[in-house]
Amino acid sequence: MIDAVGSPQSLLLLGGTSEIGLAVAERYARQRPLRVTLAGRPSDRLDAAAARLRNAGATVTTVPFDARQPDTHTEVIEKAFADGDIDVTVVAFGVLGDQEEAWTNVDVARELAEINYVAALTIGVPLAERLRKQGHGSIVALSSAAGERARRSNFVYGSTKAGFDAFYTGLTYALKPHGVTVTVVRPGFVRTKMTEGLKPAPLSQTADQVAEIVVNAVRNRREQVWAPAAFRGVMSVLRHVPRPIFRKLPF
Amino acid sequence: MDAELRTLAGWGRTAPSTARVVVPRTVQEVIEALRLADERGVIARGLGRAYGDPAQNAGGLVIDMTGLNRIHFIDADAAIVDTDAGVSLDTLMRRLLPFGLWLPVLPGTRQVSVGGAIGADIHGKAHHVEGSFCDHVAAMDLVTADGEVHTLTPDDELFWATAGGMGLTGVVVRAKLRLNRVETAYFKVDVDQIDNLDELMARQSVDDDKYLESVSWFDTTVTGPHLGRGILTRANHATLDDLPRKLRADPLKFDAPRLLTIPDVFPPGMLNKLTARMFCELWYRKSPTRRNAIQNITMFLHPLDILGEWNRAYGPHGFLQYQYVIPFGQEEAVKRSVRLMVDAGHVSLLNVLKRFGDGNRAPLSFPRPGWTLAVDLPVRRGVGELCEELDELVLAAGGRLYLAKESRTTPEAITRMYPRIDEWRKVRADVDPKGIFVSDMARRLRLT
Repeated sequence: MIDAVGSPQSLLLLGGTSEIGLAVAERYARQRPLRVTLAGRPSDRLDAAAARLRNAGATVTTVPFDARQPDTHTEVIEKAFADGDIDVTVVAFGVLGDQEEAWTNVDVARELAEINYVAALTIGVPLAERLRKQGHGSIVALSSAAGERARRSNFVYGSTKAGFDAFYTGLTYALKPHGVTVTVVRPGFVRTKMTEGLKPAPLSQTADQVAEIVVNAVRNRREQVWAPAAFRGVMSVLRHVPRPIFRKLPF
Repeated sequence: MDAELRTLAGWGRTAPSTARVVVPRTVQEVIEALRLADERGVIARGLGRAYGDPAQNAGGLVIDMTGLNRIHFIDADAAIVDTDAGVSLDTLMRRLLPFGLWLPVLPGTRQVSVGGAIGADIHGKAHHVEGSFCDHVAAMDLVTADGEVHTLTPDDELFWATAGGMGLTGVVVRAKLRLNRVETAYFKVDVDQIDNLDELMARQSVDDDKYLESVSWFDTTVTGPHLGRGILTRANHATLDDLPRKLRADPLKFDAPRLLTIPDVFPPGMLNKLTARMFCELWYRKSPTRRNAIQNITMFLHPLDILGEWNRAYGPHGFLQYQYVIPFGQEEAVKRSVRLMVDAGHVSLLNVLKRFGDGNRAPLSFPRPGWTLAVDLPVRRGVGELCEELDELVLAAGGRLYLAKESRTTPEAITRMYPRIDEWRKVRADVDPKGIFVSDMARRLRLT
């Protein structure tokens, strides 16, 4: 159960090597005894992630999860819930891809869509069903500011995140009467492995800074947060910039 | 009897969860309701005044007991009342006072049900004289997991597992309570305004036994030499002779108005250092030292009952109440805990300090000889860390937390605080082998 000050006792990380997801789990594990389930493709990186959380004091198990195998996703959720209720689920898997390839190569575009959007639904639906029966819990859905308005520099990625964002925003409404809070997190540029080699955009964040925002949002049962918070203001301005100007902006 | 999906939280409004809720009107309907329980189990709920999560059951069934609301009989000669468990102490008092009868144990609010009072084995400002609620229960009817109704008396082990058992042994449906006799509904109150914590605790330790009721309020906004300044309030029932002439005409008048209900409009952070300091200053100044003041029930026992839903004033993120008891002889730990709270800068208004008398036989009953302290803390960043520091201090001093207030500690801490919990678990497992009685608190603290 999530207690009065927002500390969970169990956490499921979908995308078990996600740096933001791991930073969230680590923050919780340092506060309290935490049972973590890491769902991801078996790999050295997944083992390293488990070791990192054990170091922080968590009890960790792993469940094999491949975002591109949607037929297995219901089973992944069953396995993840086999040890009991899950208080916080972080939906953190995703790929950025190469934008120029993505809008010119159908296989690359499809991979992006299958991982970032289709899998978010095929895992999200059984997850929501499970939490609805549980009557409590919290989903943290790591969306992106890129889904807010299509930009020349990452619109394929942005389109998948727009779908992702709409689905989990809708879940906030659908699950609220069942005692489940969904928090849609919209980070701007986060300096992680995913963005390695890219030039950091203004207001860029570390994974741990985003994690702090997530932990506070879960405690306050927020349904939507930006990371950093100032991004909300930035994006509400950008949303209204006329297209002829917007397309000339340098990002 | 239809089940309705409802989101329930405790009085602190901190950790809501959703359950199917049924409202039975008879014992038979309670028994039928138990059959609706699935693998997510069932728990009874009274008036929802526990601060944390003991009266909610995520994904399962909750039995709202307020439908069992009959007072069966009042025996004025024997000073006994036989009542359904869903009746509130407020209703009971209103019905009992005309007979000159008084509930021996009254907590800080009258808005609790008899079942809840038993489940948490509640206490009041009279604990050092009267003990806790279940010390005055002559008998209770408990519906257990198998659907049987057991009439339990203090000779039964299950009686004491149910006392303070947080509803996890079954559903209390009816109870027979022993009552005190009073001449009036008023208190004769002595108030002492004391300007630091050491003095406050010293004064409270001297002649508590001369008073039926005794409690201190202390200020958590002042540091330095006046740290923990407070108001010591002690009282006995006023006799007819104590009353001024104009009150003598109706000495058993129940004077308990509900002036207003707090609307649910307060933003987070309305209670901050500035507003808290103002409140504490006023509260301290309005209570100069005086002797033999005559006060009614509301003024003396339940000032907050004047306001309906006052928990809303803490804003949407809710608040928690931290209440511990630390054994006598560990006064330094009590003082250290107050310093911790003041230094941490977390704002609390309803700060209560009291000396407990002896505890009873119930393995999970909270009171034991020592100092009990309760503070209300709005939930915000850092409050979890403060409570963890306090937990360590309480554990080191051999103290414990009160389950009716608890909302955030660990299973490990509770097991250390209640060394007889395994004894309780055994009695519980015998009467509920499948474990159908479960609550969010039971899950969180792994009580069963």
